[in-house]
Amino acid sequence: MQKVFGRPEALADVPTHYCPGCTHGIIHRLIAEVIDELGVRERTVGISPVGCAVLAYDYFNCDFVEASHGRAPAVATGIKRASPNSVVFTYQGDGDLASIGAGEIVHAASRGEKITVIFVNNAIYGMTGGQMAPTTLPGQKTTTSPRGRDPEVAGHPIRVCELLSSLSGAAYIARVSVTSPANVAKARRAVKKAFETQLEGKGFSLVEFLSTCPTNWGMTPVEALKWVDDKMAVYYPLGEYTRVPEVG
Amino acid sequence: MGEKVLMKGNEAVAEAAIMAGCRCFFGYPITPQNEIPEYMSRRMPEVGGVFLQAESEVAGSNMVYGAACAGARVMTTSSSPGISLMQEAISYMAGAELPCVVVNIVRGGPGLGGIQGAQSDYFQATKGGGHGDYHLLVLGPSTVQELVDLTMEAFDLADMYRNPVMILGDAILGQMMEPVEMRKRPPRADLPPKTWATTGAAGRPKNVITSLYLDPAKLEKHNLRLAEKYKRMAAEEVRYATHMTEDADVVLVAYGTTARIARAALDRARERGLRVGLFRPISLWPFPYEALATAAAGAAHVLVVEMSLGQMVEDVRLALGETKPVHFYGRTGGMSPSPREILDDIVKIVERGA
Amino acid sequence: MHEEVIFAGFGGQGVLLMGQLVTYAGMMEGRNVTWMPSYGPEMRGGTANCGVVVSEKEIASPLVSEPTSVVAMNRPSLEKFQGMVRPGGLIIYNRSLVDVKPARNDVRVVAVPANQIADEIGDVRVANMVALGAYLGVTRVVGVDTVLEAMKKVLPERRHGLIPLNQQAIARGMEIAVSASAAR
Ligand SMILES: Cc1ncc(C[n+]2csc(CCOP(=O)(O)OP(=O)(O)O)c2C)c(N)n1
Ligand code: SF4
Ligand SMILES: [Mg+2]
Repeated sequence: MQKVFGRPEALADVPTHYCPGCTHGIIHRLIAEVIDELGVRERTVGISPVGCAVLAYDYFNCDFVEASHGRAPAVATGIKRASPNSVVFTYQGDGDLASIGAGEIVHAASRGEKITVIFVNNAIYGMTGGQMAPTTLPGQKTTTSPRGRDPEVAGHPIRVCELLSSLSGAAYIARVSVTSPANVAKARRAVKKAFETQLEGKGFSLVEFLSTCPTNWGMTPVEALKWVDDKMAVYYPLGEYTRVPEVG
Repeated sequence: MGEKVLMKGNEAVAEAAIMAGCRCFFGYPITPQNEIPEYMSRRMPEVGGVFLQAESEVAGSNMVYGAACAGARVMTTSSSPGISLMQEAISYMAGAELPCVVVNIVRGGPGLGGIQGAQSDYFQATKGGGHGDYHLLVLGPSTVQELVDLTMEAFDLADMYRNPVMILGDAILGQMMEPVEMRKRPPRADLPPKTWATTGAAGRPKNVITSLYLDPAKLEKHNLRLAEKYKRMAAEEVRYATHMTEDADVVLVAYGTTARIARAALDRARERGLRVGLFRPISLWPFPYEALATAAAGAAHVLVVEMSLGQMVEDVRLALGETKPVHFYGRTGGMSPSPREILDDIVKIVERGA
Repeated sequence: MHEEVIFAGFGGQGVLLMGQLVTYAGMMEGRNVTWMPSYGPEMRGGTANCGVVVSEKEIASPLVSEPTSVVAMNRPSLEKFQGMVRPGGLIIYNRSLVDVKPARNDVRVVAVPANQIADEIGDVRVANMVALGAYLGVTRVVGVDTVLEAMKKVLPERRHGLIPLNQQAIARGMEIAVSASAAR
């Protein structure tokens, strides 16, 4: 049973600390709706990252664990292996997942770990005040790339979906955004597929959200949504990243 | 005296490093020291130096290892959780005898903890931190000026002893602004040349930098040689400051920011006619054991104040043995003691002890 | 002279700048100074404050736990800090945003309609400068001319155009301080 306007049961009835126009909140809601729809709230264990979503454990109404920066996929692996009937998901930012936790995510995916990863890519370090992220776009100014990211020096942005989809253990990988009602609907379907992939025991699943950070981008919420469409979605194309078929 | 500028501790530490000839910085953002990498990202390109935001503290500290191998003056900075991740590289650098400067702008722990200032990494900094028999030289500044001066000196000390040097600050020191005089400080003239650096074996036998000694007898020998170096450091590099300890009945012992709060309590105690003094260790390793014993010789009581549940107090007890009661007052988790709390404790001790 | 002051308000009201100006001016006048801000996520949309010490003596603690003055730009700040002020100290509060009276009768209280005055002179964003003017007028911790000099150092070049407006705001705040003193 899906309630469209009410609060999903898997979402706690508390105000969040997210800035106005930040899309972390919508993403929380979509996950909670899917958990409700699949009826798995009481089996679900979430892992929160170190990043703006660190307090996700306050916002979801299910069991939750706080991991150290970048290690959520390893913590999730431990939980899932010890308790295979649990539905385990991580919620990670781009710094958490693609920078300090790049090792953990690659190996969780390559092992085909039966967990679901929600990857929130806002092209910046939100929580620490706007430093460069591994997903910061070329030329994008941040507090540690004050002249704009120069790929010669700071390297190129990492396309996580493309990277992980080359691994045989990755069963479902998709990139979505929440910039319009149509995109929100697609995002919801992707989250549902990802959790279903886990429930069916098929392997590793990940949904990357292109998300906003109006605060550290120095934009209004409306400008920020437009920047996701005009800039981020160009470098990071939306869609499903089909799994590479197993060879041999 | 040169002109003073008003600077945040974090920015001052960055500029001090540049003035001391540091041209390589590797780091990873973490509150409450983000101003350091942010400052470096602006300044390093201006002076032809390297700024690189690493993918993690594990990587960043190993980049430091690499740059030190290449003979560069190199620094990394972080705060508690990040410093924990650097322990591997720090141990390797101590083992391979590589000079570098590591700044810890300490915040409350354990685990993710909080972002307010603390002194709960004292054990980690002074008693090991990583694996193996080794020591860092650890300096605990208490003003922004001292932070600047010790940071500059740290590069010389690192080169002198071929050892990592740690600056143990805290979030208050990093975030506060205070006037500082930025005196350029060229490297000391008597530093040994870095003939060991791996810069290419042109016209010399090849250099190898390693901390691996599979033969335990050789590893023991290596450790004993390091121990000789630590002994020299302990003899030469002890630093401390005292204030009104000569006639003191109660000697406060505190380092870093806490020493300043203790000093405020001392001033109030003196206004009330209580004879209170302050002993402030500046080198935390080597700890000024003998100097403390001397400074506290005439006192009836010693009160150790820390922003932790009592870590340095163990060194104070080592210094003083059973000669007199060593009391402790601490706040933790990012809380700091107030002068009034310390004063209350002093009064209690005096009333109880007299 | 030994002043320990807390400037407090919500993020975006410019309370850190108020403190920096006093600190910088204090340094220019040859005093010892320290400035310590609140920081981190608590700043985001929440409250901001800084503690400033200006003293003839060497400054021991940079943490202000018993301020001689508090300048509160909004109600939560007044409520948070008023209890800490030393007896005989000073509370200045932004009457435009605070609809209660301070609960202390052992300190001096000056109410400043900072937003209202800032609005009158054309930009509500200089409300902080109005309150700063009142603070300087009452305490004379540092000279106004020095604060204006400090502004050139503290503000980035691109914001120097705002200095005349800030100066006007400070002057209006000082007038309030003067009339408050006269009314005593
Ligand atoms: C070991 C360690 N290093 C650094 C930090 C500081 N830190 C906290 S959050 C964060 C990055 C947050 O960025 P991201 O993961 O992109 O999440 P966002 O806030 O943008 O959602 C960092 C570097 C930490 N807590 N622990
Ligand atoms: S800082 Fe950015 S990512 Fe964090 S809550 Fe605010 S807008 Fe969202
Ligand atoms: Mg991010």
